[in-house]
Amino acid sequence: MSAKSKAAAAEAKKPLTLNSEHVPLSYRIKKDLQRNGLIYAMLIPVLVYYAVFKFGPMFGLYISFIDYKPARGIFGSKFVGLKWFKSFFSDYYFGRLLINTIRIAVVDLMTFPLPVILALLINELKSKKFSKTAQTLLYVPHFISTVVICGIVLTLTGSTGAITEILHNLFGIKEQALLNNPDNFLLIYILTELWQTLGWNSIIYLSALSGIDQELYDAAKVDGANRWQQCLHVTLPGIAPTIIIMLILKMGKIFNVGYERVMLLYNPAIYSTADVINTYVYRKGLIDAQFSYSTAVGMFNCIVSFALVMITNKISQKVNGSGLW
Amino acid sequence: MANTKTERAPQGTKIKESFGSRLFDVVDVLIICLLLACVLIPLIHIVAASFSNPALFVAHKGILLWPEGFSVASYQAVFKNTFLWTGYANTLFVVIVGTLLNVLLSMVAAYCLSRKRVAAGPTIMKLLVFTMYFSGGMIPLYLVVKGVGLYGSRWALILPSLVDTYNLIIMRTAFAGVPDSLEESAKLDGANAWTILWKIMAPLVKPTVAVITLYYAVSHWNSWFNAMLFLRDKTQYPLQLILRQILIQNDTADMTAGADYLIGETIQYATVVVATLPILCIYPFVQKYFVKGVMIGAIKG
Repeated sequence: MSAKSKAAAAEAKKPLTLNSEHVPLSYRIKKDLQRNGLIYAMLIPVLVYYAVFKFGPMFGLYISFIDYKPARGIFGSKFVGLKWFKSFFSDYYFGRLLINTIRIAVVDLMTFPLPVILALLINELKSKKFSKTAQTLLYVPHFISTVVICGIVLTLTGSTGAITEILHNLFGIKEQALLNNPDNFLLIYILTELWQTLGWNSIIYLSALSGIDQELYDAAKVDGANRWQQCLHVTLPGIAPTIIIMLILKMGKIFNVGYERVMLLYNPAIYSTADVINTYVYRKGLIDAQFSYSTAVGMFNCIVSFALVMITNKISQKVNGSGLW
Repeated sequence: MANTKTERAPQGTKIKESFGSRLFDVVDVLIICLLLACVLIPLIHIVAASFSNPALFVAHKGILLWPEGFSVASYQAVFKNTFLWTGYANTLFVVIVGTLLNVLLSMVAAYCLSRKRVAAGPTIMKLLVFTMYFSGGMIPLYLVVKGVGLYGSRWALILPSLVDTYNLIIMRTAFAGVPDSLEESAKLDGANAWTILWKIMAPLVKPTVAVITLYYAVSHWNSWFNAMLFLRDKTQYPLQLILRQILIQNDTADMTAGADYLIGETIQYATVVVATLPILCIYPFVQKYFVKGVMIGAIKG
C-alpha cells in the first residue's frame, strides 16, 4: 500500500468532505470517479465528438506552418514556419479581401439597431391583434432556407427579374443582372440579410421588453413623461443588458460575415467587392487544394474574430460591469 | 409568443393624448404595414409566377400578384426531376437521424454537466464554450472528416455537427433549474444517473427539449455547405444542395429537357414553392416553440 492510499484510507474514515484542501488530489479524483463514474462514462461520446471534430481541427491548424502534402502526411511534410502567413499578407488579393470583409462587417454592424427599433415599433402598436399578426408574418422569412432566399434574390434581380424591370421603368437603369455590377453587391447582400433576419432578430428584444416592470411606466407617467421620454428613460435602459449581450455575440460572428450567403450571391464578375476571406479560403483550399495556404488564411480570420469578441467583452465589462464571462 | 405588454390607458385618458402621440401611432402602423408588404409581396410573386403560363410570364414585366395565365406545366417539370426527390429523401434522413442523435447526446451531456457534484464539470464546460469562439476552420475540418473516412458518406452531414454548444448550454440551463431534491429522493430509491436522467429529469424539461429539437431540425434542413464540402455523389445530395444547382447555378437541364425553353424561369419558382411549402405548413404549429427558445437563450445570456 502506498503512502498516498494509506492517507486516503485514513481520510475515508473521517466524514466525507470532498472539497477540503487537506484531501490529496489523487484521492479526490478517485472518489469523484467512484461517485460519478457513470456520469463520466455517459459523457464519453460527447467528449470524443468534441475531441475529434472541434479540437481535432484546432490541432489541424498546424498544417498552416508546414508545406502540407497529403501524400506525405502531416509529419512527413516540411516545416516552413510563417511562410504561408507572409505570402497571404503579400498576396495580390490581401487588401481587397480585407477591405471587403471589413466593409461588409461594418455595414452589417450598422444594421444592428434595426431589430431593436422594430421591436420598439411593434411594442408601441395599439392593436394587439395587429401586433400578433405582424409578428407571425415578419418571422416567416427566417424559415425559408438561405439557399432558397438567395435563389429568389438572384432571380428577381436577374436580367429579366421583376426588381430589375421595376428599377428599369423607374430610373431607367440597364436591364441586366444587378449582381453582375460590383457596386450593387453590398446593398443587395445587406437587404437580403435584413429580409431574412430582421423580424426574427427582433423577438429577443420583444421578450426583453415584456419583462420590463409596468410600474416603471406608471411612475414615469405620473412624473409627466411623454411616450418618447418613457421610451428613452424606461424602455431602453430596461433592454440594455439584452442589447449588450446580442452585440457581443454579434461581434463574434461579424468577421466571419455570412460567407454562405456571400457564396450563394456572388459570381466572378463581382469578386472585386464580394469576395471575402472565408470565400477565398474555400476557393483556395477546396477548389485549388492549397491546404496549408488556405488554412493560414482561415486562421488569420479566426484569430481576428476571437480578438474582436475578447475586446468587446472587455469593453462591456469596463463600461457596464457585465460581460459574457 | 413574445407578447407586447404595453398596457392601454383607460378610455377616458385618450383625449389627453397629444397630437404628436397620435401621429406616431399612425406612422407606426404604416411602417409595420410597409415591412409586411416587403416580406409578403415577393412571396406572393413567387407563388403567382410558379402557376403562370411560362410564355406569358416571360412577356410580363414587374411583380405578379396573380398568375399570368394559369398553368401547372412548371410543376409537372419539377416533379419529373428525380434529384429533387432523392434530395428530399437525403434531407429527411439527415433531419430525422441527425436530430435524434443531436438531441440524445445534447441531453446526456447537458445533464451530466449540470450536476454540481461532478468535479470536472466546470473545466469541461469551459473547454466546450471555447469551441464556440475559436475553431480550426474549414480546411482542417475537411481534412479531419477525410481522415476519419467520412468523406463521401451521408454520415458526414451528421457526425461533424453532432452537438451544438449553444443548444447544449440551453439544455444545461434547463437541467440546472430542476430542484436537487427530486434527484436525491430518486437516488435513495437506488436509481443511477442514467435512470434519473430519463425517468425523472427528461419529463421535467420537455419544453426545452422541444426547442432544441426544432433548432437542430431546422439547421439540418437548411444546411448545404457541409454537403458541398463532404459529398461528391449527386444522389447523396440533400435538398438544399440540389436547390443550389437549380436556383443559384441555373441548372434546370434535368427538367427542361424536351420542354419549352421558356419554362426555365417559372420552373425555378415552382421549385422554390415545392421546397419551401412543407416548412411553411409546419411553421404555424411550431412557431411558439421557437419563440420560447429565443427567450430561454436570452435568460442564459
